[in-house]
Amino acid sequence: MGIIKAKQLVHEYIRRDEEGNVESISTALDHVDLDVNAGEFIAVLGHNGSGKSTLAKHINALLSPSEGTLWVDGKDVSEEENVLEVRQTAGMVFQNPDNQIIASVVEEDVGFGPENIGVPTDEIWKRVEESLGAVGMLKYRHHSPNKLSGGQKQRVAIAGVVAMQPKCIVLDEPTAMLDPNGRREVIRTAHELNREKGVTIILITHYMEEVVDADKVIVMDKGKVVMQGTPREIFSQVGRLKEYRLDVPQITILADLLRQSGLDVPVGVLRREELVEALLREAQITG
Amino acid sequence: MLRDITLGQYYPADSVIHKLDPRVKLFGTLIYIISLFCFRGAAAFATVTLFLIAVIWTSKVPFKFMVKGLKAIMILMLITAAFNLFMTPGETLVSFWIFKITKEGVVNAALMAVRLTYLILGTSIMTLTTTPNQLTDGLEKALMPLSKIGIPVHAIAMMMSIALRFIPILIEETDKIMKAQMARGADFESGNLLKKVKSMIPLLVPLFVSAFRRADDLAMAMEARCYHGGGGRTKMKPLRYEGRDRAAYLMIILYFAAVLLCRAYLNWP
Repeated sequence: MGIIKAKQLVHEYIRRDEEGNVESISTALDHVDLDVNAGEFIAVLGHNGSGKSTLAKHINALLSPSEGTLWVDGKDVSEEENVLEVRQTAGMVFQNPDNQIIASVVEEDVGFGPENIGVPTDEIWKRVEESLGAVGMLKYRHHSPNKLSGGQKQRVAIAGVVAMQPKCIVLDEPTAMLDPNGRREVIRTAHELNREKGVTIILITHYMEEVVDADKVIVMDKGKVVMQGTPREIFSQVGRLKEYRLDVPQITILADLLRQSGLDVPVGVLRREELVEALLREAQITG
Repeated sequence: MLRDITLGQYYPADSVIHKLDPRVKLFGTLIYIISLFCFRGAAAFATVTLFLIAVIWTSKVPFKFMVKGLKAIMILMLITAAFNLFMTPGETLVSFWIFKITKEGVVNAALMAVRLTYLILGTSIMTLTTTPNQLTDGLEKALMPLSKIGIPVHAIAMMMSIALRFIPILIEETDKIMKAQMARGADFESGNLLKKVKSMIPLLVPLFVSAFRRADDLAMAMEARCYHGGGGRTKMKPLRYEGRDRAAYLMIILYFAAVLLCRAYLNWP
């Protein structure tokens, strides 16, 4: 069994009126099956309201399933006594960097998680130093988070999660409020953690550019998992992606159009260099 | 204008004051405030002033950083001074129409202005040299005995520290909303008081909505990081008294004694 496994996971948001009668039910997760192996880098793509954030909150036991089961490292998230352990195993980074930093000094914020789980003082200091180093923010340890850029704040938030030594980190649209530079910083940090520490990463996003280096991509729409596969497999289906209102990277669209007009370009081109290479090859053959 | 409030903003520096145990600083601030409102006479005034200058100097926080905090309470200060100036009965100096200024009034007004200024300066040293987390830790530990009679000390301390952390963020947000509303023609400056208060509504409503949203987000982020109240928590920076803390306690007590002595024996004028 993988580190995260979902079986027929359903989550319904129930809206009630003042007397407690059910007004409407919206299904955010609709019988989702998921199996993530330890050490993988998974990207979850989806348009607004596709249920991707709801899924993320289940992995951290912030929400519990209406139906079905979700196991994190073999523990059922809906059992009350597992909650703290699950949150320790699967850390979570949220969208707004300002609303998840608790302390007014970077290192104190990174220490907040370990404090909560009762780590001894010396060990907290060691972990804080290690995790700030891992995200490349060690030299800002005495700074106030208010003076950092968005990307830096988000890296501090990641360090705060890393300090709890989770096996898995869920990043819920960590780049949605950042500029392109900040976005690159955060994604690079996530990849480094994945490569160097073997942390399982689940990156939730709607920027397609961020998923090209993932091991596996999951596309969600209206609470269902609609596509699963390697980035190349996913990006080779431009038409379907557009159906789910996802912005396909320009380079992939261009390659797709070229192929449709008869050029010999491989399906699912992800990077500019790839397309250039393919076109050069083509030019050599014909020319 | 709203950025000028320095209360609740930590100023990182490497000074003895920064390193002091927050409990010492809390105690010191309390004693300082008491001393401000009971000193009398030039000698006591000089003691208070010297103490304040010495503390500011050792804290290594730039003085102009603290003065910024004063601007925000200027109006309060003027009103208090005006009340003291006109309302104190005594020997009349000037009188016109229904107002009369008394000698005692002038003295009281000046004293009040000085007290308020010193109060803001003194308390802002505490907030400038202590991180909200340290402050919370200090309060929590100092008030811990109260938790035995069912007062949720940890929760209160946590709330305070979060409130302090969000002051600058909310101020920034107020600024942003203000500019956004001004760009759409809102007028916060002109009109009488009633009109000005009314013009605050389009400022306060979005501010409150966003504050609640932030609170919700933050609560979730804290839960996600295994926060579950005060039980079973360890401290990254546990509070332990050291030599300098004891020395500081001694100095604070000496200072207070000096102020009281001056009040009792050197109360000229």
